[in-house]
Amino acid sequence: MENFEPVIVAFVCNWCTYTAADLAGTSRLSYPKNVRLIRVMCTGMVDPQYVIKALLEGADGVLVSGCHPGDCHYINGNYKARRRIKLLKEILPQFGFEPERLRLTWIGASDGIQFAEIMRELVTELKELGPSQAKLKMVV
Amino acid sequence: MAITATINVKDQDLLGSLQTFCTAILTQEDIRAILVPQRQPMKSMVMPTLVTAPEQLDGIDPLSPAFPMNGAKVLAKLTRKPSGGKIAALLRPCEIRAFIELVKLKQARTEDVVLIGIDCLGALRNTDYFRFAGNDAAAATQRFYEGMLAGKETALDGVELASACKSCEHSIPDAADIALGLRGVDIGTGILAQAQSPAGEALLAQLNLPAAEVPKAREDALARLLEARTASRDQMFAETAAATDSVEKLSNYMANCVNCYNCRVACPVCYCKECVFVTDVFNHDPAQYLRWAQRKGAIKMPTDTVFYHLTRLTHMSTACVGCGQCSNACPNDIPVMELFRLVGQRTQEAFAYEAGKSVDESPPMSVFKEDEFQEVVGL
Ligand code: SF4
Ligand code: SF4
Ligand code: FES
Repeated sequence: MENFEPVIVAFVCNWCTYTAADLAGTSRLSYPKNVRLIRVMCTGMVDPQYVIKALLEGADGVLVSGCHPGDCHYINGNYKARRRIKLLKEILPQFGFEPERLRLTWIGASDGIQFAEIMRELVTELKELGPSQAKLKMVV
Repeated sequence: MAITATINVKDQDLLGSLQTFCTAILTQEDIRAILVPQRQPMKSMVMPTLVTAPEQLDGIDPLSPAFPMNGAKVLAKLTRKPSGGKIAALLRPCEIRAFIELVKLKQARTEDVVLIGIDCLGALRNTDYFRFAGNDAAAATQRFYEGMLAGKETALDGVELASACKSCEHSIPDAADIALGLRGVDIGTGILAQAQSPAGEALLAQLNLPAAEVPKAREDALARLLEARTASRDQMFAETAAATDSVEKLSNYMANCVNCYNCRVACPVCYCKECVFVTDVFNHDPAQYLRWAQRKGAIKMPTDTVFYHLTRLTHMSTACVGCGQCSNACPNDIPVMELFRLVGQRTQEAFAYEAGKSVDESPPMSVFKEDEFQEVVGL
């Protein structure tokens, strides 16, 4: 698995983490191309179903990232997201998905540097963990 | 002081006494109807029946091992809006617990209903029930409750209790307004009736039943039952956990699922009016199937099977009351309940929640605190 390049699906909220990713881009900060950003209006709209779909389709990691507590543009979407991530973390490990494959972070709109750092860290971690079981098996 | 009373039993005729009890309720001025399991004239099946005429209470059968559906769903239909009167409903404990979940989801109301629960002696899967009952449902009920109360917990005439019932730790109707007790009670003379809420208290007072005390033997009988059920539940959890501990094993567990979605139709707490899996979202473009097949070389059709079950687990396992209707409804004998209870146990524990316990506890996904679950945030 020397050349293993993990695929990461990241659901990022429009107002904070997506803006941070944009800032990283305009600041010419580089971050690994393993990350597929999916812009959502708020982390509060990420149904657990989206996370499951990404994992079953073979994503090696899923990131949900939005505004810091108190900063959500819809007031409390990120608190709801946190509960859903907690829920998923109770369920997914039963089926062999390592807890590290699902991450939740808060990255504010001006945190371009932090965004790039977290992406790098995530990729390093997932490289160590290796490919997801769902990628290797035919899941029906 | 909560009323504890006794419903007299003559000639060991439990169903007769329950009929007298239901008649007394139905003749109260403020009760317009009673929802109660009743034998249907054409077949041996027992179905929830809405009765307004006391003389139509013949053939009620709340002790039958038939459990064709979770009655919470029909009671929700009857209570979702005011109907201009009060009704009583005689249900199994898991039906009451599912009803409480529906109340919290605003799909049912407690205002116009008095919930009457009865010690549940268990139920049989539909297919087993028909074999057990033959064409005499009344005799089957008697054979069943006599056997169960004599402690033949798991098998009777070669049929086994549904696995949901074998592993149920909630067979006592804790959340009912009025609880009827059979276990640890001398049912030769009377059935125990206990008021557990102001509404139950009011109705039971109107009935003027002879006062009674909870027999000493009851506590003991319930403790023994709970111990056996918990042990069987834990064994079921261990087996189910081992059988599904990878995506590959989960696929295998679900291998004969045909995506009929009967399990979610039968589930009393699958609360969406329209499940996303039957909408156009999952009516994929034909070209999409070909792309999927091409990427992996082959895909099983129908697709989205494991996806469906995992999604349902995230959507409703916190509300699962373990009634077993999902397994009962599955045409392919997939142990659906086993998986949902296993996961439900964990998700409910994670949010310190117990499905069906009280209308005052909010469903975990409907609330949040600003300062919680910090451990899931960050790398
Ligand atoms: S998932 Fe199955 S056991 Fe749980 S409440 Fe629904 S039908 Fe009952
Ligand atoms: S009832 Fe059985 S076959 Fe139908 S969707 Fe549920 S598990 Fe699959
Ligand atoms: S808008 Fe960013 S998390 Fe809600």
